[in-house]
Amino acid sequence: MENKAIRVKGLKKSYKELDVLKGVDFEVEQGSIFALLGSNGAGKTTIVKILTTLLKQDSGSVIVNGFDVSLNPGNVRQSISLTGQFAAVDEILTGRENLVMIARLRHLKDPRQVADDLLNRFDLTAAADRAVSTYSGGMRRRLDIAMSLVGKPLLIFLDEPTSGLDPEVRIEFWQIVRELADGGTTVFLTTQYLDEAEQLADRIAILHEGRIIVSGTLSDLKKLFPATKVEYIEKQPTLEEIFLAIVGKKEQK
Amino acid sequence: METIKNYFFIDLSVMLGRSMRHIFRSMDTIITVTVMPVALMLLFVYVLGGAIQTGADNYVNYLLPGILLVAIANSIGYTSFRLFTDVQRGIFERFHSMPIARSAALWGHVLTSLVSNAISVVVVILVALLMGFRSPAGVLSWLAIAGILALFTLALTWIAAIAGLSAKSVDGAIAIAYPIHFLPLISSAFVPTRSMPGPVRAFAENQPVTSIIETIRALLSNRPAGHEIWIALAWCVGIIFVAYIFAMRAYKRRA
Repeated sequence: MENKAIRVKGLKKSYKELDVLKGVDFEVEQGSIFALLGSNGAGKTTIVKILTTLLKQDSGSVIVNGFDVSLNPGNVRQSISLTGQFAAVDEILTGRENLVMIARLRHLKDPRQVADDLLNRFDLTAAADRAVSTYSGGMRRRLDIAMSLVGKPLLIFLDEPTSGLDPEVRIEFWQIVRELADGGTTVFLTTQYLDEAEQLADRIAILHEGRIIVSGTLSDLKKLFPATKVEYIEKQPTLEEIFLAIVGKKEQK
Repeated sequence: METIKNYFFIDLSVMLGRSMRHIFRSMDTIITVTVMPVALMLLFVYVLGGAIQTGADNYVNYLLPGILLVAIANSIGYTSFRLFTDVQRGIFERFHSMPIARSAALWGHVLTSLVSNAISVVVVILVALLMGFRSPAGVLSWLAIAGILALFTLALTWIAAIAGLSAKSVDGAIAIAYPIHFLPLISSAFVPTRSMPGPVRAFAENQPVTSIIETIRALLSNRPAGHEIWIALAWCVGIIFVAYIFAMRAYKRRA
């Protein structure tokens, strides 16, 4: 029984002269949340594109859900879905039409029912028949994720899903990702926010200069650093905590 | 891969339905591709037409072929715009990471261009009928006209695809429309070319739109289309061939 959702070995990719990936190796357990960390331009999106069959690698083997991305891209696409950096939703269609469209493209039996269920699950029923252009950032993101879940893919790719989102939406988004993983879906996440990886991921890998330089659980990574020193410092609330406290209070009134 | 092939036409119809909704929900598009050509036709027939000597007894009959091409040319910027937004917003990436035929997303836009232009052409012809347009053309001639209009639409659509798929900004994507808008104006669409000064006349008579207009005019009035029809076909097929190659190259690079 295959229990690895992703197996990448010796993955290399270069654009003309520029070597972006110089031999990347990692594995992702089924049903886990895996975070790929790296600074801007480190090649995170390139990895996602290769894993989702959008881009061909130069060399190395990439197995996703048991299928080789270069030999059986059709089978890979059947079992994954991709949520990119920008909410890839159709602005002019309504939320419901977006979901029905994806369900029809995945050739599901009852597209309307699938759409209704997801609208309900992501709290979009009230806005279902409004054009997406009228949605808030958070609603768009929820719809985007809902569209990715049409057809219950085994593995979902989230490429920098929270860049540009406000703090409340980010926290709401984290909740959704945790629920997904609890339901058995494997989540592959790229991010440049360290707290996001810390909050969500079962395993973290850091991509730097074309290679995975470290990988493991959060506590594994912490062990790599010198033992903690005990210092007493006054803990100031972060601006994020202040913001959430004030906004939270307002909403309760 | 077999199963994916079988779904190609279903996927294509989903894509078509999606872009047709875009068109019907965009007042701007509807105005530009149908209301404006109709307004142009009203203007030329009822305001300027009295002063234009075409040699034909009915100016609407003379004008209609050109107006049809104006309607099609006006739609091209929108095709380019829709493609550009799909690339930009990551919609194509979403489609391409799904188990659907990879070309369905692009062909959906091409098909939408054909279907939406067929609708606006029919609307313009109906208005022309109200304005006194009459034609003795038989079914075969009408089919030939439909075929030539479809080829002209395809030629412009593939040009629009190059722009939409390779542009860096929205402005760049729709800029392709402007030179195309000019072609019907500097042609035999509104006035016969013999009234134009030498260089303009030379351009007008040797650009694709004039030969297409003359072909449609001949077919509508049951005159033999002569060699014009072959020139028109050669232009359309030639443009489609070249533009298709460049558009596909841009598509593979972007998606």
